[in-house]
Amino acid sequence: MDWRIGRLGDAALLLEFDGGIDAATNARVHIVANAVAARRAAWIDELVPAYASIAIHLDDAALDGHADPLGDAERRLHALLQELAASPAERAPRCVEIPVHYGGEHGPDLQRVADNAGLTVEEAVARHAAGDYTVAMLGFAPGFPYLLGLDPRLSTPRLETPRTRVPAGSVAIGGAQTGLYPHAGPGGWNLIGRTDLVLFDARRDPPTLLMPGDRVRFVAVGGA
Amino acid sequence: MSIEVLSPGPLTTVQDRGRTGWRHLGVGVAGALDDDAHVLANLLVGNPPDAATLEITLAGPRLRFTQAALVAVCGADIELRCDGAALSTARPIALPAGAVLGIGGCRRGTRAYLAVAGGVDVAPVLGSRSTDLRGGFGGLDGRPLRAGDVIPVGLSDRPEVDAPQVALWWIDDAHDAPVDGCIRVLSGADATPPVDALFQSPWRVATQSDRQGLRLEGARIVVSDAGERISAPVTPGTVQLPPDGQPIVLLADAQTHGGYPRIGHVIRADLPRLAQLRPGDAVRFAPCAPVEAHTALRARRQALARLALMIETQTRIGL
Repeated sequence: MDWRIGRLGDAALLLEFDGGIDAATNARVHIVANAVAARRAAWIDELVPAYASIAIHLDDAALDGHADPLGDAERRLHALLQELAASPAERAPRCVEIPVHYGGEHGPDLQRVADNAGLTVEEAVARHAAGDYTVAMLGFAPGFPYLLGLDPRLSTPRLETPRTRVPAGSVAIGGAQTGLYPHAGPGGWNLIGRTDLVLFDARRDPPTLLMPGDRVRFVAVGGA
Repeated sequence: MSIEVLSPGPLTTVQDRGRTGWRHLGVGVAGALDDDAHVLANLLVGNPPDAATLEITLAGPRLRFTQAALVAVCGADIELRCDGAALSTARPIALPAGAVLGIGGCRRGTRAYLAVAGGVDVAPVLGSRSTDLRGGFGGLDGRPLRAGDVIPVGLSDRPEVDAPQVALWWIDDAHDAPVDGCIRVLSGADATPPVDALFQSPWRVATQSDRQGLRLEGARIVVSDAGERISAPVTPGTVQLPPDGQPIVLLADAQTHGGYPRIGHVIRADLPRLAQLRPGDAVRFAPCAPVEAHTALRARRQALARLALMIETQTRIGL
């Protein structure tokens, strides 16, 4: 088996997979997280996927009678994973299209990204929009997607001095990662464009436009 | 019924017991940092434990109650005044309509919880009334109180009183702590650093501490591989070690994922005690086994249950 069950403090288990920041490992994370969630086990309160691990927060009430609730939960999870391994699940992720205004006032760092890659601005936009991305996880801030699938050529170092205010909806590249800022706020990634879509609205259900494991495509609109 | 904010205090927010079920979307839990004090304040005014209260940091707001109200303050030992009279914490207080409650500085501790019968009745967002300061939602528009705010309070029929009436009984709202006073820590997911380094010397609470994390200053912890990890789940209580070797204990406003090594986790039973530390305070940590963590949590719940029973009995007798 290529997974390990550990603990994240005294209220959660941590399921870790071999592998790093790669699409295959992350795909397994989402397959397992979805399969476990589908069981609706009463002792599981929340499942939080990450690149190569899943936090499993336990339901206190469901495990209350046990002398060692986490140990009991570990055994239950182990059994559940064995069951799932016997019947491998397939996954058909959603694909979400995100229209992006690349460059200009919306993407003040697009030239920098293009220069760094040795490309024209048009080529850089074409490469970014051609990518097939996956939401590896949502974190850092409510609704902030960490996307896998950036063309390695577009990888660009973070800004030396972070901006104090990045507009909401900004599409950005930070090192080898790309993502979108759901909220206005400080940020050190290179801004290459902006979408008009609302990525996070606490009054919506679900509150985020993107869900863990979703596929994402960027579509250039309105000219670069 | 509502409460008018005459002055807000340095950081006063609406909190309940937190917002769970949304961590997979990057939404943290938030909620009262000292959950024990939050629950006790609620019980003292006859609210359910998860009614929303005001979390007061270091010093309090000045509040005007539009109608007769029953209030209680628990947690930090904080100065309370109404119409020139000093009032006591950790007991029910009946206030007349129009009363102005002046809440001063904390004499001991950092966070006090003001509960009002009926509960702070802002609209729940994603199942909770807690303020998510980083996401900017929940509570009062996702921000701390400001002068001029009007805080809605749930329906509660209170008889009018001529002057503040303070109960002649009170509860002991001090936290149970191990004899050595240490904060107990379970081993972390990334135990490669010399984890004992956390336990060898005392730490000082840094001024940059906030609801997201308690920042510690002390002998730098040097690890062999201090670099960032693959971002992975963290939770309130997680002890992170950034490259500067000064640990951060994540609190209720913790982000959902982090890239720093996780060198330990403060046990749940001790999280309320962390909430009462103030900048400059010394704090020591001690290693803890999972069984001990569970026993401590049970003991804490039993102590709360006993207090709840006592409050119920006293309340039936009256103020």
